[in-house]
Amino acid sequence: MPTTSTNIAPKFEVKSRASLASAPTKISVSNLNFFYSRTQALNDITVDVPERMVMAFIGPSGCGKTTFLRTLNRMNDVIPGTRVEGNVLIDGQDIYTPGADVVDLRRKVGMVFQTSNPFPKSIFDNVAYGLKINRLAANKRELHDRVEEALKDAALWTEVKDRLKTSALGLSGGQRQRLCIARALAIRPEVILMDEPASALDPIATSKIEELIIDLKKQYTIVIVTHNMQQAARVSDLTAFFLLGKLIEVNSTERIFTAPDQKLTEDYITGRFG
Amino acid sequence: MTTLTALCTFLAVGILIVILSYIALRGISALTFSFLFDTPRPVGEGGGIGNAIVGSAVLLALSCVIGIPVGIATGIYLSEFGGGMFASAVRFLIDTLTGIPSIVTGVFVYAVVVLPMSHFSGFAGGIALALITIPIVARTTEEMIRLVPHSLREGALALGAPQWRVTLGVILPAAASGIATGAMLAVARVSGETAPLLFTAFGSRFFPRNLNEPIASLTVQIYNYAISPYDEWHAQAWAATLVLMALILSINIIVRFLTRKRFS
Repeated sequence: MPTTSTNIAPKFEVKSRASLASAPTKISVSNLNFFYSRTQALNDITVDVPERMVMAFIGPSGCGKTTFLRTLNRMNDVIPGTRVEGNVLIDGQDIYTPGADVVDLRRKVGMVFQTSNPFPKSIFDNVAYGLKINRLAANKRELHDRVEEALKDAALWTEVKDRLKTSALGLSGGQRQRLCIARALAIRPEVILMDEPASALDPIATSKIEELIIDLKKQYTIVIVTHNMQQAARVSDLTAFFLLGKLIEVNSTERIFTAPDQKLTEDYITGRFG
Repeated sequence: MTTLTALCTFLAVGILIVILSYIALRGISALTFSFLFDTPRPVGEGGGIGNAIVGSAVLLALSCVIGIPVGIATGIYLSEFGGGMFASAVRFLIDTLTGIPSIVTGVFVYAVVVLPMSHFSGFAGGIALALITIPIVARTTEEMIRLVPHSLREGALALGAPQWRVTLGVILPAAASGIATGAMLAVARVSGETAPLLFTAFGSRFFPRNLNEPIASLTVQIYNYAISPYDEWHAQAWAATLVLMALILSINIIVRFLTRKRFS
């Protein structure tokens, strides 16, 4: 299991800006509040995500972890009546500043959804879609190379290389989700957000996705929402525990699962609620 | 319950089969090769419905060219941007428009197109049919786009696609077969319309040369022959009806074939 515990200060404060790891900060969120119309879904969230690490968000259903994940690529903009307060900095740039380019942001911050959502197109066209709309491939040769590379990175290439022109909807659930990961990787983002990417998959498909996440960490900063605490323990370096729209604790994964600072975290981890 | 619903189903299908076979029986006698290509002649000299077939095709094409793009664009507007009061009003108007009797559409086009031009024309006929097409296509397009899962839209947006590219590149293709079915419904509906053509396209005994003059259509031809006192024309009306049914059926089959879902 990956560990970064050597870099942890003995007593970690939730609001502390001190980095948990030696890696530079990729995403820096401070005092974030989020509202669905009048309902406040996120309450004063402050957290830093270091570069090329996996941070897992855990917490019971409805605690705001998915909502928070979606504020990181402004996916909540799609939902009418939502409102954001506070700052989200990616590489030091405020993504909510007026005039910030959402299209640029989403190119940089890719997303994989809970239920796989391949387009009703061929396998090739699914992966090529992001490359085409962002004009990232100069010619057919390059387009093909980058699709192949993305499929290889998503550990799907050997399974689909002979049927790239067939429908993506003919793939199995696990393959579909890896296709969606390949689609996100193809445009070479810097951050990948994953919203319970394995929740609908069987254990074998899940372990493939988890291996993939650990592998992708070398190149990408990954934020993953998960219901499954074992999964968080297996894949992440850092874990953030959310409860009722509040961030209760952020810590190294090892520490969260062995000796958390907060009583609430301990209660949740040990299954006393949630 | 099963018995009752099954009986009703047999009744519905049975009536359809009776109608189709009756038309086939009555129509087949007057149906010859020359009947399909000739123009109408006086009673006793035979003649055909070639001009009416071509005229109907022209009118249908014209109504599609005007009605389908406008209808699809309206449907996209309603589903993608139609959250406000204005869109609700548009939706209500479209539903009302769908329910307007087609003869009213005909009279309306007569007043605003035929009278100012001071003559009947294929153009006016096409407009009348398009007015019937637009609301059907608009509403089915809206419904079909709404059926596309929201996750597809989010998936495309998350890849950095701007809204308009998501709509054109992902949502529309995903809804395409449904939209095509809606367009088909509209075509099938207007291809059987007679009333809106009586005051607009009017009818003609010659092959159409341009859209600025009266133009023949199968339905008006059937109407004219059916109300005539001659047995020969009655037989020709049945034959023309058979041809019309066959054409509608083949349009349906062709479009089904062309728009069958490639990826599902």
